[in-house]
Amino acid sequence: MTSDEIRPILLRCLFDVAPDIADEEVEDDADLRDELDLDSMDILRWVQGIHKELGVEIPEEDYGKIATLGDAIDYVTARVERD
Amino acid sequence: MAEFVMPSLGADMTAGTLAKWRVAPGDTVSQGDIVAEVETDKGLIEVEVFEGGVVERLLVREGEKVPVGTPLAEIGEGESASVPASASASVPASVPVSVPASVPASMPVSAPAPGSIISAGASDVGLDGPMASPAVRRRAHELDVSLEGVRGSGAHGRITLDDVQGAVPAASGDRVRISPYARRIAMERGVDILRVHGTGPGGAIQAGDVLSAKAPAASKPVSPAERMQRAIAAAMTRANDEIPHYYVEHTIDMGNALRWLRETNAALGVSERLVSGVLVLRAVARALRKHEKLNATWQGGEAVPSEEVHVGLAVSLRGGGLVAPALRNTDQGSLSDLMGRMTDLVSRARAGGLRSSEMTSATITLTSLGERGVESVTPIIFPPQVAIVGCGATVERPWVVGGQVVPRPVMRVTLGGDHRVSNGHLGARFLSALDRLLQEPEKL
Repeated sequence: MTSDEIRPILLRCLFDVAPDIADEEVEDDADLRDELDLDSMDILRWVQGIHKELGVEIPEEDYGKIATLGDAIDYVTARVERD
Repeated sequence: MAEFVMPSLGADMTAGTLAKWRVAPGDTVSQGDIVAEVETDKGLIEVEVFEGGVVERLLVREGEKVPVGTPLAEIGEGESASVPASASASVPASVPVSVPASVPASMPVSAPAPGSIISAGASDVGLDGPMASPAVRRRAHELDVSLEGVRGSGAHGRITLDDVQGAVPAASGDRVRISPYARRIAMERGVDILRVHGTGPGGAIQAGDVLSAKAPAASKPVSPAERMQRAIAAAMTRANDEIPHYYVEHTIDMGNALRWLRETNAALGVSERLVSGVLVLRAVARALRKHEKLNATWQGGEAVPSEEVHVGLAVSLRGGGLVAPALRNTDQGSLSDLMGRMTDLVSRARAGGLRSSEMTSATITLTSLGERGVESVTPIIFPPQVAIVGCGATVERPWVVGGQVVPRPVMRVTLGGDHRVSNGHLGARFLSALDRLLQEPEKL
């Protein structure tokens, strides 16, 4: 899968967790915690959604690598290619 | 027959809008079933029924705003559930607001019961004065309504409960007399008829009253977020005015808890992972079991201890606002179960869909701003609770362990207590218990 294909999937998972930001334009470099106001439970639910949709399991120690949507797209794309 | 009334879903809730019925006349309901959705300043709440039976009649139409305590539906044993389901949409725009004009000729007989239960004998006809059953007469007496002036709509001119309700002067209670035309104007213009002074016969609201009430309301509309903030401000103002707060603070070494969490999550599948908040939540609940004076509500001038621990979880809403629904029986079940329930509760708090029991049953509140880097929180107690716990961020700080200064993740926890119920000494003991519990996370 390409990053262009992964982006809408990650966004859909994000909106499932935070439907109240579904109408917003989410910039790839926006910090999910500071700018989109996600908390640790939201991040966990997002990670769970990504796992369900793409089969990619993101360990806790890698949460720092998915701090923005862009980071997450890069991370998941690399994991999909690797796995 | 029991009356299902508009519940109070918060300390300062005075009225709610019946947004949607989930049941229709003839439906059988059990205790705990969701029967309606009510729009409040805190958002859309799913309202449960606390008594099983058959929905006899719906008394309030969707979209109608009524005061707390107003009967919304009648729930009985099914004898008179003959009103078709479509009747809910055809409740006439009658006088008074909350009672339809299509009154059955007789009410089912049921045993007298306390509280909000109303019973009516079908065969008791008064020999003196207007025809009315004892239950109707009793209700008339309660509402200070003279039966002499009431026109009966029942068989042979018999006065029914609804006739009595309809005869209540607007100024003397929650019900409002309003003409159908005035009601339509009020609905179209968003005018709250509870705030309109009626100048018609018997204080009835007329079209002119609604139009004149509209003028001041034409100013800037209030958004749901603003309404919620005003409700929060009202509750907190009341809390500050009425509750003599005290505060005690304690710093907890979270090293053991976080290490255990890390190791546990590493062994769990992604769908079963826990967050640190669930450990704190469980520890608060268990610490309350050791200091039950803090697990109470203030009612009628005294603290009423709760046998169950229902920790209210303060959830901030991204659009602004704050709700604190209860996670019931927080001290029970596995951590995994609690995590699942907490996730569900927070999701529903943010997406809408909280239940009335969750809005009213919290026995203490836990608020955490640690996710945003705040190191300590000095929270205000949510009435009628008598304590609140605030958690700051878990941060690395120099800490003395075994005579050595080492970096440790620590969290500052604050207990806000009500001096009418407890003192700082008890609060300090509670926080010590919380600390000890978090040192042994595997036992939570």
